[in-house]
Amino acid sequence: MSILIDRNTPVIVQGMTGRIGTFHSREMIEYGTNVVGGVVPGRGGETALGRPVFNTVKDAVAQTGAKASLIIVPPPFAADSIMEAADASIELAVCITDGIPAQDMMRVKRFMRCYREDRRMRLLGPNCAGIITPGKALAGIMPGHIYLPGNVGIVGRSGTLGYEAASQMMDLGIGVSTSVGIGGDPVNGSSFKDILELFEQDDDTTAVVMIGEIGGPQEAEAANFIRDHMSKPVIAYVAGLSAPKGKRMGHAGAIISAFGESAPEKVEMLRKVGASIAPTPADIGTTVTQALRKAA
Amino acid sequence: MDIHEYQAKEILQGFGVKIPPGGLAYSPEQATYRAHEIGGSKWVVKAQVHTGGRGKAGGVKVCDDEHGVFDAANEMFGKKLVTQQSGPNGKVVYRVYVEGGIEIERELYLGFVLDRSSERIMVVASRFGGMEIEEIAEGEPGSIVRSVVDPAVGLTEFHAREIAFNLGFSASQIQQAVATIQGCYRAFRDLDATMVEINPLVVTQDGLIMALDAKMGFDDNAMFRRPEISELRDKSQEDPRETRAADRGLSYVGLEGNIGCIVNGAGLAMATMDMIQLAGGEPANFLDIGGGASPERVAKAFRLVRSDEKVEAILVNIFAGINRCDWVAEGVVLALQANPVDVPIIVRLAGTHVEEGRQILVDSGLPVIMASTLSDAAEKAVASCRKSTPVTFQMEAAS
Repeated sequence: MSILIDRNTPVIVQGMTGRIGTFHSREMIEYGTNVVGGVVPGRGGETALGRPVFNTVKDAVAQTGAKASLIIVPPPFAADSIMEAADASIELAVCITDGIPAQDMMRVKRFMRCYREDRRMRLLGPNCAGIITPGKALAGIMPGHIYLPGNVGIVGRSGTLGYEAASQMMDLGIGVSTSVGIGGDPVNGSSFKDILELFEQDDDTTAVVMIGEIGGPQEAEAANFIRDHMSKPVIAYVAGLSAPKGKRMGHAGAIISAFGESAPEKVEMLRKVGASIAPTPADIGTTVTQALRKAA
Repeated sequence: MDIHEYQAKEILQGFGVKIPPGGLAYSPEQATYRAHEIGGSKWVVKAQVHTGGRGKAGGVKVCDDEHGVFDAANEMFGKKLVTQQSGPNGKVVYRVYVEGGIEIERELYLGFVLDRSSERIMVVASRFGGMEIEEIAEGEPGSIVRSVVDPAVGLTEFHAREIAFNLGFSASQIQQAVATIQGCYRAFRDLDATMVEINPLVVTQDGLIMALDAKMGFDDNAMFRRPEISELRDKSQEDPRETRAADRGLSYVGLEGNIGCIVNGAGLAMATMDMIQLAGGEPANFLDIGGGASPERVAKAFRLVRSDEKVEAILVNIFAGINRCDWVAEGVVLALQANPVDVPIIVRLAGTHVEEGRQILVDSGLPVIMASTLSDAAEKAVASCRKSTPVTFQMEAAS
């Protein structure tokens, strides 16, 4: 009952021995994630947190059968790490790194298209909190204990706002099938639409919470997908109602620079295609409850 | 990061784009000297400010003699230029650029942006220039040429040629136009730009293609490998609050309201601002202190938010995930003990060890107003602002 990751998915961590890499690898292992090793160039043959460390992602895949990779490496090297994962036949990469140059990500996405669709890697992030299937596995930096296992999917750009939504839902007894962060960068791996598509196909997801924000065309693209292909209820909130035009609000991608990129415009598009709109960020949980009741 | 027109022109010239002769000046005397150096009988004095729409606000003056150049520059220096794009506070002029006048045959538009739909660099051009691209899109939508560049190959010559023919260049001008278009693209790619805009691109009566104005913006995330671009930063053109924040590694945007915000995470920070507005208040800032919310960053954030004189209340909203509320609360207490704050502080903590965190704040004896939920926090912040304004106070006293 999940998408992309479950208890058995073998996960490696690129950048496992760094301070932050070690911290989050430990959290992931404690949560029950099947972490099978790490990749740190030049540290191959060592052991970290009881797992083998490899020089290259190819070595790690050959030795451990890793299918997913969590990438926590500094911004100047992160794009290269993502491409290395793609080339080593990793199926799912989750990149936490904040601060990757936009043109690096442009090249990464171009590079990923070199591979046939059936062996093309799926990327979450960069600049995201990761992915969690509550009670099963976590590839990311989110606090596992605020997610109740259940049947509502969450997809969002922001980390802490996603936590806010999950904990509001937990307080109301609503569980989560999988929560996916797609990150706050202007060029990112998976879009809202990509993740909605997976939730629509997942038998154990009955509704989806989508947390958007100002900037970029991905909420509009998601609205079209909801209108044409989504049978499950979607509950949406778009952050940045009070954000001025042309100002970058923390996330590199959170900037209104074109028509249709403001929060009220995005809310309107989503409302038109039948999404239940949470009027304020404090009402995400209650809006989910109402939508579930209506669907039942 | 934005740079000035003269800086963008110098950069683009290095990539083969032709520009009129010009020189920078920091005083009216220098401006006159520049005009003399350039020679000729017509000059344009242009205020160097990080905003568009200078012409209508008196930031561009055409002069027929050197006295005129002096007077134009003299009037501009120190002036606060408020344009349609600058915001109500405007931008102060500290530098002017003096350019030799040229005889123009026609004006075009040439822009490069990072297109978020295709996730590639896109060329946007039009045979109509000299007005905003939004106006061109409205008035002459059919004239706009768009071309998306494959990052693996770069902007090919045939694509540049297609654009050039579309813009109506004559056969003898095509080579020049292709060099200009490809030069801009290489500058964009090689220097990690996010935007290059030449508006207008002109054809002179001698048949030369020149950038009459130029704008460039750069990717903040790529500045680690572009020290030569970082050097072009002009802090006099930034909101001083934002400069202070950037120098302290905090993500901050100054706004017009009176409720200061300290939040961890960009999305939650935007949501907190929304909440304040929905509760009838106005946020004074966006501030993301990072997911971790360490005590040092909390302390820095308090100093920064407090330095904004408009702030009448501060709302702290922290979702402690990996870290713990008690730890964040200790940070808040330490920060407030070291630097007492004289406006109401509303704290909303959520997440791990939330009860312990609240207890620490209560036990500290500090005048902190506790809030349990996001809406509770916003309502209390708005209410405490109303109380502190004298008008409301009198009304309350009267009733």
